[in-house]
Amino acid sequence: MNADRIYSPRRPLLVETITALALIAAPFVLPLFDAAPNTVNRILVWGLFGIGFDILFGYTGLLSFGQSALYGTGGFVAAYLLTRTGFPHVISALFIGMVAAAAVGYLVGLVALRRTGIYFAMITIAIAEVFFFVEFNPLSEWTGGENGLPGVPTPSLDLGFANLQFTTGWALYPFLAACYFIGIVVALRIVRSPVGAVLRAIRENPLRAAAVGHNIHGYKLTAFVIAAAYAGFAGGLLGVMQAFMPPDAFMFETSGQLVMQTAIGGRGTLFGPLAGAAVWLFLQDFLQSTLDLGATWKLVLGLVFVILVCFLRQGIIGGLRDLYGLVHRKKRGSASAESARKTVSTSPMPAHALPNGHTGPVLQAVGLTKHYGGLAANEGIDFSVNAGEVRGVIGPNGAGKTTFFKMLTCEVPPTAGKILFRGRDISGMSVTDVCQLGLTKSYQVNQLFNRLTVRENVSIAALAALRGKFRLDFMRSLHRVQGLDERVEQTLQLVNLASRRDTPVAELAYGEKRRLEIGLALASSPSLLLLDEPLAGMSPRERIETVELLKSIARGRTMVVIDHDIDSLFELAERVTVLQEGRVLVEGAPDEIKRNAAVQEAYLGGVNGEMSGAH
Amino acid sequence: MITWANFGSQLFNGLALGALLALIASGLTIIYGTLGVLNLAHGAMFMLGGYAGYMTYQASGSFVAAVAAGTLALGVLGIAMERVVIRYFYARPHEDQLLVTFGLAIVFVEAVRWYFSSDSKTVQAPAALQGITNMGFMFYPTYRLAVVGICAVALLALFVVLYRTRLGMIVRAGIEDSVMVDSLGINVDRVFMVVFGIGAMAAGFAGIINAPIVSLAPEVGEQILVQTFVVVVIGGVGSFPGAVLGGLIAGEIISLTSMVNPGYAYVMLFAAMTLVLMLRPRGLLGKLGRE
Repeated sequence: MNADRIYSPRRPLLVETITALALIAAPFVLPLFDAAPNTVNRILVWGLFGIGFDILFGYTGLLSFGQSALYGTGGFVAAYLLTRTGFPHVISALFIGMVAAAAVGYLVGLVALRRTGIYFAMITIAIAEVFFFVEFNPLSEWTGGENGLPGVPTPSLDLGFANLQFTTGWALYPFLAACYFIGIVVALRIVRSPVGAVLRAIRENPLRAAAVGHNIHGYKLTAFVIAAAYAGFAGGLLGVMQAFMPPDAFMFETSGQLVMQTAIGGRGTLFGPLAGAAVWLFLQDFLQSTLDLGATWKLVLGLVFVILVCFLRQGIIGGLRDLYGLVHRKKRGSASAESARKTVSTSPMPAHALPNGHTGPVLQAVGLTKHYGGLAANEGIDFSVNAGEVRGVIGPNGAGKTTFFKMLTCEVPPTAGKILFRGRDISGMSVTDVCQLGLTKSYQVNQLFNRLTVRENVSIAALAALRGKFRLDFMRSLHRVQGLDERVEQTLQLVNLASRRDTPVAELAYGEKRRLEIGLALASSPSLLLLDEPLAGMSPRERIETVELLKSIARGRTMVVIDHDIDSLFELAERVTVLQEGRVLVEGAPDEIKRNAAVQEAYLGGVNGEMSGAH
Repeated sequence: MITWANFGSQLFNGLALGALLALIASGLTIIYGTLGVLNLAHGAMFMLGGYAGYMTYQASGSFVAAVAAGTLALGVLGIAMERVVIRYFYARPHEDQLLVTFGLAIVFVEAVRWYFSSDSKTVQAPAALQGITNMGFMFYPTYRLAVVGICAVALLALFVVLYRTRLGMIVRAGIEDSVMVDSLGINVDRVFMVVFGIGAMAAGFAGIINAPIVSLAPEVGEQILVQTFVVVVIGGVGSFPGAVLGGLIAGEIISLTSMVNPGYAYVMLFAAMTLVLMLRPRGLLGKLGRE
């Protein structure tokens, strides 16, 4: 059940093998417990529907309440082909339904993903409701309105030597189990691919995922389309299973049930929806027939669900995993110590090669200005950094240092002025594109992927540099990405976190998190690295260590560092720019700056008007 | 056939529905704006307000008592819900907040179904408001006309609370920047509880006011919730004026489209929402930078 880890487990096909064995064993074992074949089949359809949803919700962090729209779309397209047009081939019809749902999912995603968070949830609910009404009214001639589409045939498979007929009950089971198995195998590949890693990064911290150079909108849309495809195929199977395509596939309750089953089973596990569906459907049978609760079963399930959300956040599978983790804690500790000893040769990491033909400053800002309403945070800043230089930026609180950095990395657009990076005008570009060009920053407040390990964190940043901002390499396993392991190891060595590589970020000490923050920026091997207060919040000892670390990083790199620790900064930087009240006060070598009367006055709180002539 | 009288009455229907939606959406939006929690149980609370009023109406025969009971009962429920469940979710991710309020919505709906069965219940409008009013150019049901006025008064009351009291000032400041309000030494904890209570009261009040128009059933809240979301997306999350404007727009869209073809009411509503999302993603009166 280690599907949440980016790095594949030591036995790569273990999960697949266990799934196959369990699916084969089910029809022999489950009847012993009086399980009705139809219940088992329904669990499989819900489970398959949920795999896609889990990629969207559990892995990417996008909670959609609108999956019924896509489930219904796929189901009705397949059922319409099979019942109304005389289309003969069931399996092809299922695939056509899947493609239709994916196409609709793409369009729906374009609208829904314009906003994130709660907006996304609200919009998907609204969209699902529209589909429901459209199915009932404008399209009722095609969909049968409230009668649905009866007479959906069951699949058969002509193998040449034998013609397999999948009818109902246990006879249909092998077909559904095969579909589920293929669905799981594909999903496992997706979540273990670089795309899967980026999806998890988006879930943990979308802002940082974009800042290290991933086109997160594209990846979110991808996850939405994947979820739609699974939903569409499962919708088709619903019709096949019941020999009838019910209109309630489109109902909001369908989406709700999917969400609840996934949360009950455990999100971010791929198997959670299956487990949740099993709990849901067996509990429903049990409450309805054995306890004779009639319609009250849903009240009981609702209460169970609320309690589960309150106390067992990661669902049943998540709970079991935590339990397993507790038991095996000691074992794991010694294992990771062992893997730490295995070192990789660390040749110095390459920075983005400077393009031929470009000489002069790496970064040049001209008249950079930012106004927030009437407040001028930055006013006409001229700034230029040469290749290989380490530049310090200091200034009292409120001098506009962070705003200045945010403009340089294109997090906020300047009100006026322009920024040239390696001779190219980058003002108005996105933070993702700028990072892809080789300009990135480490943040003043840690922006990490908290539930991922140290190594996974660094991988996310390295992947953006190695694969570009958007690439759909689903079928490639993560450790097959050319140069990834080397780069991650080099970065870990550089920021001195190699022994902590398998530790989740949440368990790191503060100083380690600060180093990882720098490591994330380094892993994209920028040709210009901006460091926003790298020493913030550190103890004196940590400061000394980190200054040494920064010195070693500075070799062969171009860096701009903001910090309040002036002594450390003077030790580090070759030149220092002093900002005050949003303007450049003075610029020069550390010694000149130290002696400068205006700077001394700015820091000791002199009267501003007296220093305007300091240049 | 579309006649002027028909058009006029649909216009007023839209106004009545819009005023109701504005009220419900205001509750939802101030809860979200202040607490950061999107309450998926808001529709179920609208429904509960109706049923609480219905019980009182059965016992007393008084519509006014029913309105008072529906509103107060939901205020109490809202506060209880905030104390027992919601406040433990402020620090948890948005998804968990959605899941738990969604679960509570199901519990509310199913509890009502269990206690009252699925049969629909009706509440009579007070005698003075029954019948039809001659408006000069057309005849229109008196109660629906009254609903517009009642909702306007309720919205005005909300406006006074939000814009003319100390609590309202804190709430609006919280919508702007809750971290700042927290650090100013204001007892945010109590404010949150009261805001959730007020939001719940708005939903409950709307629920019982709506009961004489649309008969009560356990699932009345679900549709209203979806419409409320559209209202909030159109108006802008966290904006009280946005909720009012969005409510009126949504009410008129639903009503006027229904006149032509009821099947397309949602499609048009959705089209309006998409249009707003394309042209002005933050909503008509929403602030930039809010998610």
